[in-house]
Amino acid sequence: MKNTKILFLISVVLIFGINLLSDYINSYYYQIIIYAGINIILATSLNLINGYAGQFSLGHAGFMAIGAYLSASISTYFAPSLLSIFGDAVIGKAIWFILVLFIGGVGASIVGVIVGVPSLRLKGDYLAITTLGFGEIIRVVIQNLDIIGASQGFRGIYVYDNGVKSLEMIPELSGITYKFYSIPQYTDFFWAFLVVAIIIFSITNLIRSTYGRGFIAVKDDEIAAEAMGINTTKFKVTAFVLGAFFAGVAGGLYSHFVQYINPEDFNFLRSIEIVVMVILGGMGSTIGVVFAAIILTILPELLRDVQQYRMIIYALLIIIMMLVRPQGLFGIKLQKKKKITPEQPPKATLKD
Amino acid sequence: MLRVENLTVNYGAINALKGITINVPEKSIITLIGANGAGKTTTLRAISSVVKSAGGSRIYYEDKDITNLPPHKIVEMGLCQVPEGRLIFANLTVKENLDMGAYLRKDKQNLKNDLDFIFNIFPRLKERIKQPGGTLSGGEQQMLAISRALMSKPKLLLLDEPSLGIAPILVRTIFEKIVEINKSLGTTILLVEQNAHFALSVANFGYVLETGNIILEGPAKELEANPEVRKAYLGEA
Ligand SMILES: Nc1ncnc2c1ncn2[C@@H]1O[C@H](COP(=O)(O)OP(=O)(O)OP(=O)(O)O)[C@@H](O)[C@H]1O
Ligand SMILES: [Mg+2]
Repeated sequence: MKNTKILFLISVVLIFGINLLSDYINSYYYQIIIYAGINIILATSLNLINGYAGQFSLGHAGFMAIGAYLSASISTYFAPSLLSIFGDAVIGKAIWFILVLFIGGVGASIVGVIVGVPSLRLKGDYLAITTLGFGEIIRVVIQNLDIIGASQGFRGIYVYDNGVKSLEMIPELSGITYKFYSIPQYTDFFWAFLVVAIIIFSITNLIRSTYGRGFIAVKDDEIAAEAMGINTTKFKVTAFVLGAFFAGVAGGLYSHFVQYINPEDFNFLRSIEIVVMVILGGMGSTIGVVFAAIILTILPELLRDVQQYRMIIYALLIIIMMLVRPQGLFGIKLQKKKKITPEQPPKATLKD
Repeated sequence: MLRVENLTVNYGAINALKGITINVPEKSIITLIGANGAGKTTTLRAISSVVKSAGGSRIYYEDKDITNLPPHKIVEMGLCQVPEGRLIFANLTVKENLDMGAYLRKDKQNLKNDLDFIFNIFPRLKERIKQPGGTLSGGEQQMLAISRALMSKPKLLLLDEPSLGIAPILVRTIFEKIVEINKSLGTTILLVEQNAHFALSVANFGYVLETGNIILEGPAKELEANPEVRKAYLGEA
């Protein structure tokens, strides 16, 4: 516990220090680094659900979308009031950003409760189906929500002096002065990797605690866990909701970096990409998943010319992994239960 | 201490228990014997509420109606099951498995004494304290499963076929330990077994279950002497 706390503090200082150098980094590389950070958050949070808690969620992009849109719309629609409260200084912006990221995460986790509770109470793989549907529903809902740009995507809003807010310029109001509030670009190396440090620190501590061991117990054997008085549904829901929260935060980091979001950014393939990171890294291995997230952020950049074959390459990668290293890059080989075979025919024990 | 009345359990169309009645007095060892598929495991799972019992069934524990209460509520009341087939947590170490047993305990400061008691009965577990549960031998896993349940400080322990898949010599040891737990901790025990010989030798009273019905019951000594039991369950020609 103590050690990880010190390690966490050191990494925060390091992250802060490296952040000071960001101006010297080529902007293309910088962008890849930020994406890698966001992917690490997405993959490690999904790993909590798919790896540690042994459930299978296919809707992580949906939670990311909720966080991205929720935080971006607050940062734009409420920009005038947020500016008047927090001002334009560093501290004010920081509070603002923390606030919208948090709201994005909470929004995603509330939806997580609604989606997760009914399917996690049932035994069996209902979660995969529900989350698959959920991710698509979220995307379609956003595509039809004009207030956040629908299928056109969302960049920011025009605020006229008479109080009218609009996504586009209104010709009738041409005489009135206006200001365009874009999604602010608050995400930088510091914020992205601060969240990375927080999530890795929290997951590591959680899994090491007796409470966290409960996740492994539930995964190892649900009936035995129930017989020990562990409320298995509560564990599964906790993992799911926590995972959704961090996906929402990752969404907020994303929208406040690219400054333009589109429902297609959060489609089914995005969810699959995150699942691939978890499988490749090794379900239940945080380090492995971090590496896989980094590799799978860089790899598509190297393969730009063959973009359209990306999913085929992923599929091949997974098949090869399954054959060669089923436990993932860094995953530890899981203990299988010994088969119960009577060591002697029962009859032999009966005579005396 | 435990009264099961008219317990009926259905798995879809399969009628696994057809209204059985069992009584487990405090501090006793009661056994439920029967062949494969008789419904022994189902009985224990229904008592712990891991499977739901059908309407008309009633389970009373210390005079409280616990029928279909959530499983963790039942464990909290001091009723703990050692599941069939040594369902230990394969990826947790011996110590962590034991900690899971104490998961609902409020008096964590007393855990040390209970661990000492367990390592005293099963010294082998102490030697393997850091080993993952999945790497233990069959007999050791059974010891761990029993110990893990003991860590919850149960007043009533439900044991599901502790002899399953274990060499006869170890079976004897395990049954001796079960008696020791009953004697020194005063834990009431409901023991489910196919191995009628061992079960009846340690129990005070027994029930014989056959395809969902209790067909015989009586003091263990009487059942042991009963010609029908001898023929069907004690391997006599
Ligand atoms: N989950 C289930 N779904 C459907 N049928 C089941 C289920 N579990 C048990 N059964 C059926 O209920 C009956 C009783 O099973 P149970 O496991 O209680 O038997 P048992 O007496 O414990 O047998 P064994 O000695 O082999 O462990 C069997 O016919 C079994 O096939
Ligand atoms: Mg059974």
